[in-house]
Amino acid sequence: MTDTRRGQAWLGPVMLLPAIVYVLALVGAPFLLAFFYAVGDVKVGSTGYHFVGLKNFASVLENPAFRRALLNSVLFTVGSQILVLIFGNILALVLKDAFRGRRLIRFLVILPWVAPVSIGSIGWKWILDSLYSVINWVLIRLRLVPALSPPMWLGEPTLAMVSVILVHTWHVLPFSTVILLAGWTAIPRDIPEACAVDGAGYFRTLFQVTLPMLLPIINVALLFGIVFTFTDMTVIYILTRGGPYDTTQVVPSLAFFTGILGSDLAEGAAISIFLLPVLVLVAWRMLRTAHRAESG
Amino acid sequence: MAIVRTRALTKVFRQGQAGAVVDVDLESREGEFLVLLGPSGSGKTTLLRMIAGLEEPTSGEIWIGGVLVNDMTPRERRIAMVFQSYALYPHLTVLGNIVFPLKAQKVPRAQREEKAQWAADLLGIGHLLRRRPRELSGGERQRVALARAIVREPTVFLLDEPLSNLDAKLRASARAELELFQRRVGTTMIYVTHDQVEAMAMGDRVVVMNSGRVRQVGTPAEVYDEPADTFVATFLGSPPMNLVANGRATVGFRPEHLLPAGFAAEAGPRLPLSFRLDHEEYLGSERILYGRLEDGRFDGKVVSRVPASYRDSLPAGSTHPFEVVERNLKFFDGETGVRRDPVALV
Repeated sequence: MTDTRRGQAWLGPVMLLPAIVYVLALVGAPFLLAFFYAVGDVKVGSTGYHFVGLKNFASVLENPAFRRALLNSVLFTVGSQILVLIFGNILALVLKDAFRGRRLIRFLVILPWVAPVSIGSIGWKWILDSLYSVINWVLIRLRLVPALSPPMWLGEPTLAMVSVILVHTWHVLPFSTVILLAGWTAIPRDIPEACAVDGAGYFRTLFQVTLPMLLPIINVALLFGIVFTFTDMTVIYILTRGGPYDTTQVVPSLAFFTGILGSDLAEGAAISIFLLPVLVLVAWRMLRTAHRAESG
Repeated sequence: MAIVRTRALTKVFRQGQAGAVVDVDLESREGEFLVLLGPSGSGKTTLLRMIAGLEEPTSGEIWIGGVLVNDMTPRERRIAMVFQSYALYPHLTVLGNIVFPLKAQKVPRAQREEKAQWAADLLGIGHLLRRRPRELSGGERQRVALARAIVREPTVFLLDEPLSNLDAKLRASARAELELFQRRVGTTMIYVTHDQVEAMAMGDRVVVMNSGRVRQVGTPAEVYDEPADTFVATFLGSPPMNLVANGRATVGFRPEHLLPAGFAAEAGPRLPLSFRLDHEEYLGSERILYGRLEDGRFDGKVVSRVPASYRDSLPAGSTHPFEVVERNLKFFDGETGVRRDPVALV
């Protein structure tokens, strides 16, 4: 008995060690490094380090490109999350009930999530290309847009933002759909039936009973969605590189372009640290939700 | 208040399979407490759900208050239903739950509150209105479910095993409350249960169902004393009716009618039987004797239920003269199990 207990005393930490090492090495260290860089004057290739205090942060805040990127990040996140919640719920409602071919449809819905985002985005780059766009080809044949000046999906500021939001939505939608599907499936059949007997129509049942019951799950899907979107730059990097004229530049992509491609590591780090407040807020909400779920 | 009538109502869930409900013709009476009783899988809940409009019949008709309701939504049928799980809306308060049907009917706010208060008072849950369902006990939840059902004064009440989630002690008091409630509101109630005690205690009439078919409809006394077939005879009563083969007939008698010779108070000719005791259960008010009939004419396992006032000790393995008053013998067809006229015993 005592042997087993003593065994467990060291076994637990040992089992946890790989996870702890992983988090410290790949999340903790870069995170501290970013702070270290952000208060210094490090450039790619520089050999010394001079503490400069909050100078980098001040210069970032004065930079109009950063303010634009911050606004774009909010727009990108809010826009795509609204779409994800609407379409995620619709998809979950459709996939909840049994029908012929449901397995196939479920598989297809999951595909954008499991496929590498870079490959998917390159596909979209061609779909939205200024010369070879299949969308434009179809629209021109349907005579919905003029043949000589079709929309430049990635070349006009508003259209470019709409395009990256839609493609990002396409990419993260499956994840939220799966979470929401689990939530919808967990609502007992009795509840909508009681609504029907009580005389409530489809929309009253949806908006006054089932959706409110689903709120905790929607919360989870939303928090994950915000993290995946606010810190992501893949879709934007591949489709627009932040263009045209920085109109689709978001905070992570700006940090990347400034710090890595522009070799100003210090300013890049300072930019990326501005993501922190949002992420801390989201993490705090997540932990609270998890805690509430635990305590019932 | 309304009469519910079904005509040749049938539900087949999957083509080629046996129907869940087969050819059910039923007619409730004004303000009646009608109980649908049967084992699980007998189709009683499916029948109730078809009346509610939650399940579409494969064929047949449903009439409520003289109106054919087959193509009507549950809302248009103006019925109320209490679910086995109560199906309370967990995110709403008790008050929110009770006024929900009124909101759906677009009843003005002032009137809603008044109605909700009336329903809550009727069920004695006025003090719980601000609570949420998860803060309530099983019995309280049931009352909220009833209040939500009664609040818009439905024409018919449908109840699907509403007591099965309560513990045994609470169930008895909830049963009495429900009966009182029905008498007070006077609305037709159709009540599904698999518990024969509930059915006997509460029902004005009992509909006994098995494998989708109605086996018998009658008052509790009728279905107990004059069972239409061997299924009804054995499903009702605990322990069930003794059935023994005799020639081409099956003879049945209740355990309480198989008594030691000379002990029955009833007058009339008796059928003497020889009973060999296997074992006994003493239940305080009565003794349940398990054994066999050892007689040339009757052979088989039987149960006898003797009042505890019979004090003679019967050792296991001993054989004793028992008897059944002949009036209490029921005869069934040996093959179909359907009730038949008495025949001469062979």
